[in-house]
Amino acid sequence: MARAVTPRRKMINTTLAWSVGLLIFFPILWIIVLSFKTEGDAIKTPIEVLTSVWTFESYLVVQDRSDYFKHFSNSVIIAMGSTLLGILIAVPAAWSMAFVPSKRTRGILMWMLSTKMLPAVGVLYPIYIGFIKLGLLDTRLGLIIVLMLINLPIIVWMLYTYFREIPGEILEAARMDGATLREEVLYVLTPMAIPGIASTILLNVILAWNEAFWTLNLTAAKAAPLTAFIASYSSPEGLFYAKLSAASVMAIAPILILGWFSQKQLVRGLTFGAVK
Amino acid sequence: MATQHSRSAARLMMTPAVILLLGWMLVPLTMTLYFSFKKYLPLRGGDLGWVGFDNYIRFVSSSSFWPAVASTLIIVGGVLIITVILGTLLALLLDQPMWGQGIVRILVIAPFFVMPTVSGLVWKNMFMDPNNGFLAHLFNAFGAEPIQWLSQASMPSLIMIVSWQWLPFATLILLTAIQSLDSEQIEASEMDGAGWFNRFRFITLPHLARAITVVILIQTIFLLSIFAEIFVTTAGAFGTKTLTYLIFQRVLESQNVGLGSAGGVYAIILANIVAIFLMRIVGKNLDA
Repeated sequence: MARAVTPRRKMINTTLAWSVGLLIFFPILWIIVLSFKTEGDAIKTPIEVLTSVWTFESYLVVQDRSDYFKHFSNSVIIAMGSTLLGILIAVPAAWSMAFVPSKRTRGILMWMLSTKMLPAVGVLYPIYIGFIKLGLLDTRLGLIIVLMLINLPIIVWMLYTYFREIPGEILEAARMDGATLREEVLYVLTPMAIPGIASTILLNVILAWNEAFWTLNLTAAKAAPLTAFIASYSSPEGLFYAKLSAASVMAIAPILILGWFSQKQLVRGLTFGAVK
Repeated sequence: MATQHSRSAARLMMTPAVILLLGWMLVPLTMTLYFSFKKYLPLRGGDLGWVGFDNYIRFVSSSSFWPAVASTLIIVGGVLIITVILGTLLALLLDQPMWGQGIVRILVIAPFFVMPTVSGLVWKNMFMDPNNGFLAHLFNAFGAEPIQWLSQASMPSLIMIVSWQWLPFATLILLTAIQSLDSEQIEASEMDGAGWFNRFRFITLPHLARAITVVILIQTIFLLSIFAEIFVTTAGAFGTKTLTYLIFQRVLESQNVGLGSAGGVYAIILANIVAIFLMRIVGKNLDA
């Protein structure tokens, strides 16, 4: 809405919106501050915290004591692995549903969506016992498979909504110009599909990175990603605010940055195209 | 372009996704159903035979069932009310002309990307701790007695934490919906002399109705199964044991698989009731 407003009105909007924005962001801001403090300073009053010395110490301690990078790489491998595997399986499916729709397409899409509604806790034990039997408990492969499956409906849906926006006339035009099927896919469709695929990857990496039911219940020490690593701070010993802050900042920073790039896709992906 | 050839190719391309999801749905579901009719205690005797609907009856008649249903409803309801109301207000605010809109949006959306274990622990320790937490310092500064958030006001605290996580989601979706509103309609109503409230009541709100419904349904599905936030804060103590958490405790902590599976079946039924409504809305959109 590009309507003219008085500067005064704009000033009020700006002040109000920034105050609310900063208030909502404050918890994140505060752990960033605490992560640069010593443990002794981190528990003091806010004023004392702000005026005390700044230090990188906590970041180094977290790595030394708990091998942060192992958990970080677990998170990266699990989030990327499950997403890419999901894309590999979903692209052909979404492709065929978008370009060769049949009477059953709608039913299949709805059914896929319904599998996403299955509450995880309802199938906790079968998955748990299955993982033990197959030797998948506390392995990255096991989590890659489970997270791929829980996100597959979202991946198919997102890709489908993107593919459906590619106009069919372009294909016909290419065919008229004598393009072979291979050329058609390679030079016409793929370039048009890449932005949608990239957005889908982005959102699903975020979802997989933050998933905290299966990652908590199916890992112990070896394959634990950052979600589970952070949860180990829930029974703390002694002073730990600065360390927990540093670990938290390192756990959320990558995804916070990715997330800011994916605002639009977030809406589309999480509402299954119902709000665009 | 849909020849017989391309149809069978299309079916082939769909097969892996369909088979995987079918397996992912049917195998565990069948097992959960199977266990729910058994007395099954992996650590105390294993499979002790069929018990009919015994587990289903015991699950609902246990003393922790109704409190768990109540906690679930309070958390889901509380978070929905807070996020939808504040989300609508925030979306309206963010839609106004201002300086630095993009940055404010980033600040508001940020909590959504914080993993649940981090937000749970950060709120519990750095903010709600009665001795060293930020809120305790704040209360002290004003001469007030700090609140033992997670034990004395466990439910409001939990609702606050979860609302903080989900407010960005509601705001973002409602903002997207507001931005798709036809500005000519607003201008026309302005010329006709409609005030701010009437414009909101008769134009914006009806336009948002669908987006609000979507927010409510999707959040309900996610909120019914919140787990990590409770796991790291109260671990189900102080009346914060939800249905999901109760089932988790039955299955993995006390290893009463039969009983937990019956609970799981209840949870699946509950989620499906919500899902039916959501699917109807999404399905309508498919036709459009």
